[in-house]
Amino acid sequence: MNWKTFWALLARDAHVARRNFVPLILQTFLQPMMFVFIFGRVMVRSGYMPVAYKSLLLPGIMAISMIFTGVWAVAMPLIGEFQFTHEIEDRLLAPIENHWLAIEKVCFGGAQAIVAGLAVLPAAWLLLRPGVELNLQSPLLFAVVTLLVALLSACGGLALGCSINQEKIGLMFSMVLTPMIFFGCTYYPWSALENFPILHKVVLVNPLVYASEGLRGTLVPQFPHLPIVAVLAGLFIFDLFFLMLGLRQFRRKAVT
Amino acid sequence: MAAIMLAGIHTQDLRKIYTSPPPMAAGGGFGPRRKGKDQPAREVVALDGLSLDVRGGEIFGLLGPNGAGKSTTVGILTTRVRPTNGKAWIGDYDIWAQQVEVKRLIGVVAQRPNLDFALTAREILLFHGAYFGMDSRTRAARATELLDRFKLSDRGDQLTRGFSGGMMQRLSIARAMMHDPQVLFLDEPSAGLDPQTRLLLWEIIREYNESGKTILLTTHNMEEADALCQRLAIIDHGRNIALGTPAELKASVPGGFLLRLRFGAQSSDLIDRLKTLNGVREVRVNNDDNGDSNADVYADRGGSLVSEIASLAATASVELSDVHISEPSLENLFLHHTGRSLRE
Repeated sequence: MNWKTFWALLARDAHVARRNFVPLILQTFLQPMMFVFIFGRVMVRSGYMPVAYKSLLLPGIMAISMIFTGVWAVAMPLIGEFQFTHEIEDRLLAPIENHWLAIEKVCFGGAQAIVAGLAVLPAAWLLLRPGVELNLQSPLLFAVVTLLVALLSACGGLALGCSINQEKIGLMFSMVLTPMIFFGCTYYPWSALENFPILHKVVLVNPLVYASEGLRGTLVPQFPHLPIVAVLAGLFIFDLFFLMLGLRQFRRKAVT
Repeated sequence: MAAIMLAGIHTQDLRKIYTSPPPMAAGGGFGPRRKGKDQPAREVVALDGLSLDVRGGEIFGLLGPNGAGKSTTVGILTTRVRPTNGKAWIGDYDIWAQQVEVKRLIGVVAQRPNLDFALTAREILLFHGAYFGMDSRTRAARATELLDRFKLSDRGDQLTRGFSGGMMQRLSIARAMMHDPQVLFLDEPSAGLDPQTRLLLWEIIREYNESGKTILLTTHNMEEADALCQRLAIIDHGRNIALGTPAELKASVPGGFLLRLRFGAQSSDLIDRLKTLNGVREVRVNNDDNGDSNADVYADRGGSLVSEIASLAATASVELSDVHISEPSLENLFLHHTGRSLRE
């Protein structure tokens, strides 16, 4: 392992992210903030939603922002760089084993997801006030869940980015990410699906369920949520699965 | 560490069979397809037992038509393509087993542009240096020197997206030289360059070589191979079909001159007579579908043979419809070995 090279690869990604700072901010914040505004404020103020919905919504919005940011930060550059610009080739020739480049992408995407999650949290809280009741009981547990969610998004991005063809990016969003978000217990708790017994079980294959339920369980534990052990296990298993899949796909792309 | 100071390249019986379409730079053309009942139909043999020995410190050329296996060879030698069989070494390092050590020794210019579009020209060089662990002061100085050498100083702080093909190519070469690699790979380096830039590039390559570096370049441009390479391998269908200095290779063509003749009708009698002409070394006949007869005459003189050939044809009452004379060249050599023109 060559730390100098690894560090330089990270520095390159950070440099590029700095250069694209404004679009990156818009991309991260615009959609969740609009959602928070309409559902958390407009709908609540007009009486269509109970005030408690504000607190329920917040962890879900954080989960969406993190997953979107991480997937986007890792998958989009990989799709473009492997298939279109080939600009990754220079980094594949850097004196480090190829899989470290994939791991670097995961670290960077994960860090971006954490920043997005931690930034969306106060922004949404400001927009929703008053009436939001956050009950952060164990900061450590919250940190662990946040880290696992960030890794989930970045590893998922790696697996997607190395598996999807450039012309299928649109399909990736409409067929993978959108259903994931709607069936990801982001806008409602998992327990709300009890009236749909089949769906209630089926959505458990959606990794986003563990992300939003985990954040819900650590930020607003007063609402029903999956047991935290199940959340940790689910996140860990999905992290590992996507990392292994992503690394395998990455190796296939990197060497013909 | 003499082996490191002058790192050579050695390959032993390299084979590469693509089961999916080969990457763009390594193909476009296709080698012979393998036919077999239990083999998938898409198998393409790109390399078919290629053995090469490039000495440390030489400029070595791989010459061949599109699809001959040049880019696949470069891909394997630069860790980007996994060989199906065979082994390859750079210096003392096994390329597949010791990739990181190998990557440290090599600089690579790929056939298609692969610049980092998110960075400026200078940043591309700086980050490349950083990947190789160069300290920031050395990096900055080297980047400035290379931008200057490749006449890119005035565009150094611009993003490369708007660069012309030639500028991208120059920057790719500068980047490959940034960490001062012992072995430099250039895949079709002068494709798309204007004649002036090509001369600049040749000068830079020679200069780099004089500082003790090994250079392997692929080309299908005979002029470039002739002008630049100390030794050449001619490859076709993934095999090495001739090896030597440009002069040796050219001398290996019988006579050196090539007269390509076309007759309106076949006449074996005429062919026999052609062989008896003074200076003619070899005559090869191939008949095409139109009933025309083509003859390649290898001889040690050129134009002065034409009148004799014409009078022979007249005596045999065969119409001589076309004559093409070429002087000793690698093109003739390629044709002699493969029966195909390098440009085909």
